Amino acid sequence: MASQEILREEPSRGSFINDPRIRGLFFQTLVVILLFSSIWWIVHNVIENLQRLHIASGFQFLNSRAGFDISDTPIAYTSDATYGRALVVGLLNTIIVAVVGIVLATIIGFTVGIGRLSHNWLIRKICTVYVEIFRNIPPLLVIFFWYSGVLAVLPPPRESYHLPFGSFLNQRGFYFPRAVWGDGSWLIGAAFVLALAMAWFVARRARQRQMSTGQQFPVFWTSFGLIIGLPLLAFLLAGMPLTLDFPKQSTFNLTGGFWVKPEFLSLLLALSFYTAAFIAEIVRAGIRGVSKGQTEAAAALGLRSGPVLRLVVVPQAMRIVIPPLTSQYLNLTKNSSLAIAIGYPDLTATAGTVLNQTGQAVEGVFIMMIAYLVLSLVTSAVMNVVNARMALVER
Amino acid sequence: MKHIAFGILGAATLGFMASAASAGTLDTVKQKGFIQCGVSTGLAGFSAPDDKGDWKGIDADFCRAVAAAVFGDGSKVKFTPLSAKERFTALQSGEIDILSRNTTWTSNRDSALGLDFVGVTYYDGQGFMINAKKLPGVNSALQLSGAAVCVQSGTTTELNLADYFKKNKMEYNPVVFEKLEEVNAAYDAGRCDAYTTDQSGLYGIRLTLSSPADHVVLPEIISKEPLGPAVRQGDDQWAHVARWTYFALLNAEEAGITQANIDEMKTSTDPNIQRLLGTEPDGKYGADLGLSNDWVVNIIKAVGNYGEMFERNVGSGSPLKIARGINALWTKGGLQYGPPIR
Repeated sequence: MASQEILREEPSRGSFINDPRIRGLFFQTLVVILLFSSIWWIVHNVIENLQRLHIASGFQFLNSRAGFDISDTPIAYTSDATYGRALVVGLLNTIIVAVVGIVLATIIGFTVGIGRLSHNWLIRKICTVYVEIFRNIPPLLVIFFWYSGVLAVLPPPRESYHLPFGSFLNQRGFYFPRAVWGDGSWLIGAAFVLALAMAWFVARRARQRQMSTGQQFPVFWTSFGLIIGLPLLAFLLAGMPLTLDFPKQSTFNLTGGFWVKPEFLSLLLALSFYTAAFIAEIVRAGIRGVSKGQTEAAAALGLRSGPVLRLVVVPQAMRIVIPPLTSQYLNLTKNSSLAIAIGYPDLTATAGTVLNQTGQAVEGVFIMMIAYLVLSLVTSAVMNVVNARMALVER
Repeated sequence: MKHIAFGILGAATLGFMASAASAGTLDTVKQKGFIQCGVSTGLAGFSAPDDKGDWKGIDADFCRAVAAAVFGDGSKVKFTPLSAKERFTALQSGEIDILSRNTTWTSNRDSALGLDFVGVTYYDGQGFMINAKKLPGVNSALQLSGAAVCVQSGTTTELNLADYFKKNKMEYNPVVFEKLEEVNAAYDAGRCDAYTTDQSGLYGIRLTLSSPADHVVLPEIISKEPLGPAVRQGDDQWAHVARWTYFALLNAEEAGITQANIDEMKTSTDPNIQRLLGTEPDGKYGADLGLSNDWVVNIIKAVGNYGEMFERNVGSGSPLKIARGINALWTKGGLQYGPPIR
């Protein structure tokens, strides 16, 4: 710090034009002025040209009646709702497919990634083939593979496959019984939350005890018993307030129950399988990146192979894995816009319809860009928090 | 994805376009030597490429008629296939000069979208098609409650569908695709029970299905769909060229001028025909539009009159075999009426 102070106080030699500070300031101001004036010029031109071409502009259209229906509506939506609400429905559909896809891709990716390091030749080769196939095919083709190649060739609704537990599979999607909760079912939810809290507490106490005394406690089985047992007890106490709504055959389709449409299913499977191939490679790289000496040192301390993996290898591997994993999550979210090819009403598809019905392309594209930007920034922020917790704490 | 490209392209074009008044489309078109015509991605009878890659159909022929009026040569057209979503942005941004793509004329499109509709080249209405083999006993659209319905996104069809089921208190599952081919494929694969679009479109699409004979078009017509070409708003000269090309096609049919007899007709002494064909001494109706005086002769030589265009593409001369119906001339009980050229 001291040396900098001295440098700053040094009087400038010669003309102020040669002063690097003033020159730096001058050029920075120039760049800012240029940037803002070109932005202003573009915005001004857009507005002027829209007016000249007699195209309506502004965001008032968001409050007018949409007039079209959407097939998947996570929130109440009819054709009487507004364009704004239609966009929210699209955004929610994007979020649903992205979140479920991220969970599924992570599970498959970690399994395959660890499988590639297996000592078993067959498992290793199967995982390698999986990664090489899905990593090298464009995601759009994977989507078409699931949609046209797998789900479209299932039988029509009247000849559905009957699966166990009253579920059905046909070319219109996958149907399964829906749980309808009766009176007093809040008790079950409350018991579940309570069980979670207790399990967390037990785990904390057990860790403290192990730290101070070295004695271990069967945390897993206790938590398992709590989380399953307490809600079950509450369920019995409340008088079993659960009925099942089974899908039934009607004139055209199956009605009732819970219906997962083939558009959602194929998009979800395609995105998960595609992204999982990349995640598998990231996981493999992460585990390989932990030096062999760490494993050997842990073994020398007398740890068995399970704890070695859990306590030594994985925490260090995660530091390598998480940053590229974030990119894959962002990719998955953005790739979900390929839904448009198979008619899943995600944000891109819905905003596209709104854009077309109102003709306000500039606003439509602007909303889409902002929405994806916000989604990606939120994903990054969450992953940065996770990363910060995993990072090496230097003392 | 393409429509987003168009959206961004449109936004960028709007952003960088010099704001000074640009030259009229007619001058631009004359300078570049061809007309860029926006058509569908393939709808039999209206605009679809044949096995040699030539665009066929009423909408494609209308562009040829405009090209013949401007250049005296109906082949000076370049076609841009557009999905329903892309079409308006493509016209607004100047990607195409004329949109001739089975597009319904509505007040909103005429006002808020910056379009100017030229006329109604085909009076249509929305209908439903079902697979009668899979759904025996369904013979009315009112029996479709609970059905999955295939529809193309960003169309008036999509809105009429919602209105119709709401009005009749029926339920349905919309299965919405962006491209016509995707809707066709999904319907053919059995993803939906019914297909809805303009009735003329249904007849055209039925021909492309794997077993056309199994499918029937239900009798209900649930909307008015006046289909016609559109140009950019605010360019009156170009709008006049397109509009009067359409009227010339109608007037030629009314006067009995056909592709076959056009050369004889040029020697006609009927003042009405002379005015139309530019053979009237001192007549300059073509020049007033910014065209040559024999513009109508060129149009008829290129595509024939309206009736010939209709019969060749969707009527008796085509696999669609659609009757003239309300698209007959006003003299024959239809709605097609061309204001006089004089």
